[in-house]
Amino acid sequence: MKYVDEFRDPAAARALAARIADEVDPARRYAFMEFCGGHTHALCRFGLEDLLPPNIRMVHGPGCPVCVLPVGRLDLAVELVTSRPEVILATYGDMMRVPGSGGVSLLTAKSRGGDVRMIYSTAQAVELARDNPEREVVLFAIGFETTTPPTAAAVKAADAAGLKNFSVLCNHVLTPAAIDAIMTTGSAESRARLDGFVGPGHVSTIIGAEAYEDAARKWEKPIVISGFEPNDLLNAIHLLVRQTNAGEARVDNAFARAVRPGGNAAAQALCDEVFALRDAFEWRGLGTIPESALKLAPAYEGFDAELKFDLQYASRPDHKACACAEILRGEKTPVECAVFETACAPEHPLGSCMVSPEGACAAYYLYGRFRDAAPRLAAAE
Amino acid sequence: MCLALPAEVVALDGDTATVNLDGVEAPVSLAFLEGVGVGDFVVVHVGYALSRVDPEIASEQIAAMKGDAAADVAAAYGES
Amino acid sequence: MTSDSNSGQRRLFAKKLDFKRGAIDLTHGAGGKASAQLFEELFRPAFDNASLNRGDDQARIDGAARMVVATDGHVVSPLFFPGGDIGALSVHGTINDVAMAGATPTQMTAGFILEEGFPLADLRRIVQSMAAAAAEAGVEIVAGDTKVVERGKGDGVFITTTGLGVIPDSVETPPGADRARAGDVILVSGTVGDHGVTILSAREALPMSVPFESDTAALHSLVADLLAAAPGVKVLRDPTRGGLATAVNEICRASGVGALLRETSIPIRKTVDAACELLGVDPLYLANEGKLIAVVEASAADAALAALRGHPLGREAAVIGEIVDDPDGFVQMETAFGGKRLVDWLTGDPLPRIC
Repeated sequence: MKYVDEFRDPAAARALAARIADEVDPARRYAFMEFCGGHTHALCRFGLEDLLPPNIRMVHGPGCPVCVLPVGRLDLAVELVTSRPEVILATYGDMMRVPGSGGVSLLTAKSRGGDVRMIYSTAQAVELARDNPEREVVLFAIGFETTTPPTAAAVKAADAAGLKNFSVLCNHVLTPAAIDAIMTTGSAESRARLDGFVGPGHVSTIIGAEAYEDAARKWEKPIVISGFEPNDLLNAIHLLVRQTNAGEARVDNAFARAVRPGGNAAAQALCDEVFALRDAFEWRGLGTIPESALKLAPAYEGFDAELKFDLQYASRPDHKACACAEILRGEKTPVECAVFETACAPEHPLGSCMVSPEGACAAYYLYGRFRDAAPRLAAAE
Repeated sequence: MCLALPAEVVALDGDTATVNLDGVEAPVSLAFLEGVGVGDFVVVHVGYALSRVDPEIASEQIAAMKGDAAADVAAAYGES
Repeated sequence: MTSDSNSGQRRLFAKKLDFKRGAIDLTHGAGGKASAQLFEELFRPAFDNASLNRGDDQARIDGAARMVVATDGHVVSPLFFPGGDIGALSVHGTINDVAMAGATPTQMTAGFILEEGFPLADLRRIVQSMAAAAAEAGVEIVAGDTKVVERGKGDGVFITTTGLGVIPDSVETPPGADRARAGDVILVSGTVGDHGVTILSAREALPMSVPFESDTAALHSLVADLLAAAPGVKVLRDPTRGGLATAVNEICRASGVGALLRETSIPIRKTVDAACELLGVDPLYLANEGKLIAVVEASAADAALAALRGHPLGREAAVIGEIVDDPDGFVQMETAFGGKRLVDWLTGDPLPRIC
């Protein structure tokens, strides 16, 4: 795979790792948050943490749309598709197995007769609406800025085709707001512990490198935008070490081959037209964050499933023992959570970090728990 | 958080391109990108092209990584 | 608190099955952790006997020491897919379960659950495919049964096959899942993920070309060649549902050991790898229907590899890792970068991801 394999070259990875090892200050500790779940997944899947010096800790951030979607929002979709036989709920595969209230997932809803269809592209949802004029097709839209333009394109296409039986249950969320939330919640001590961020690569193809300037300035933390291949990540960590050592707090675009300073203007314009900012939105694990999510703009309200079906959101708190909030802020590691691997595991997640393979706890459970599980479980006995 | 891959455009039909990733072909919407040509690599997410891969920047990065001086890697990457 | 029925081993299931309020969901059939739990907490204690408890995919029949029996239900959507169909699959799957005991398959039986309205033309196509697969493998289909359920109560056709086989006298100690020991070498007979990604692409009607096909094939002649060259083969397993990753975990659990795989050694077709990247699935967790995993003593590894590669179904065979001592039973993998990661059991059923 061109532009993939070159960035997975093991020899270059070792050279980058050596460079990082040369430049870290052995007298200090570094903590960098990779905001994006895709980065978390890549770090764990490629075993990259083994290549980093022991005084660099990667904190797995909240950038996984499946993880941060509150259970109450999923419940809306489950209730909609099980209570209204005319509804076809179109959703990405990621959401199918996530348990809502009472452990009921969209897969469960499907087994109970709900018409849930897995799609790979939003265009398929519009086709469903066209092919089933007597039904109501609802796109269960999730995702950060990367996934938002395809939803906007679907709304525009449905509008152009005059499809009245298409609507969107919109859960699109915004990255800069989440970075702010990480920095404004939790203790001052935990904020000070974070030395910088690996910025999301694919989100940035849409919003651009410039979108992080405010955050870097405001929080005085370096942000390095990175691609998703192992050498991209190692390089980004290298640049973060450099900035940290020099006391700098700049935005570096280390994914410049795909990310432009201003992002994708056409996609931004489309989203600005179709969506409007919500006053506030609940994030699983992080709480309610002002101006952190999108809804349909007034001109497209006819496509808003929440209005069309009069859906009322109710917040459903996570399990009390769940330490997701602390884990997402880097105050705790997954193994420091009391329910990790016992009451909370990928097949029965209690909190957001265990919900998707990109979540901090699930990634650790699936890829990393051989590292310290033995001593920890021995201690628990 | 968003699964996307660079893939080569091998055919164009209006707003839709066919991309090829190591022998696997898939249709991709070009709704957000203008001036895409056959032979370009685009970053694909859920059936949409998000951005074009800049071949010059990419080859600078690759060349820097292959060289012995790893310091160049950071320089090549870091310039925005 | 850390051990369950396999004493001393790491606890695999955090919660017991809930027989009061629980219900079957699709993960119980996906061949991963949930399937293992259903077996260990329901079927095994209910049917409790030495053959079943061994945890193999087939049983040796007491009193008929060289005889082996295996049974396998087949549900697949779509029924016809590139490289095969449910008919060929139902023959190959059961032959392979018999063959993994080192046995030569001889006869089969087949039970059909048909849905009202199912086209006869499709049924004939499936049955002819079964006949061809059985003939090619030298196996007779000697008995069968047909039931029809009302429209809407089946998915066209389900086929359950049972296979009988005999372990040749040349095989002194038949392979068994519990015989892996530290220092043994793990081989796989060819590329992994081909069948799973073919079915996934076809089932979900993904807008993607499919330049690969299912690897469905009967493996008994490959097994015969392998056993002739390396008679001491300790474990044989066909990594079907749950994929290579789950099969190696099953072996480790049955044997009370761990494993260390090398990522760069695992054969994966380039197109399959690309499709998996696009879909966000891991080829190590996708089903195979024409591949086997063998665990052999290190001294027999070269002979085993040569035997596999000398057979048309094993040309791309490779040594992929070794068995290690690990009280936790973890399967670890050395990545291309020299880092390590866990290769856990399959959780759920692999679905395409967008994030």
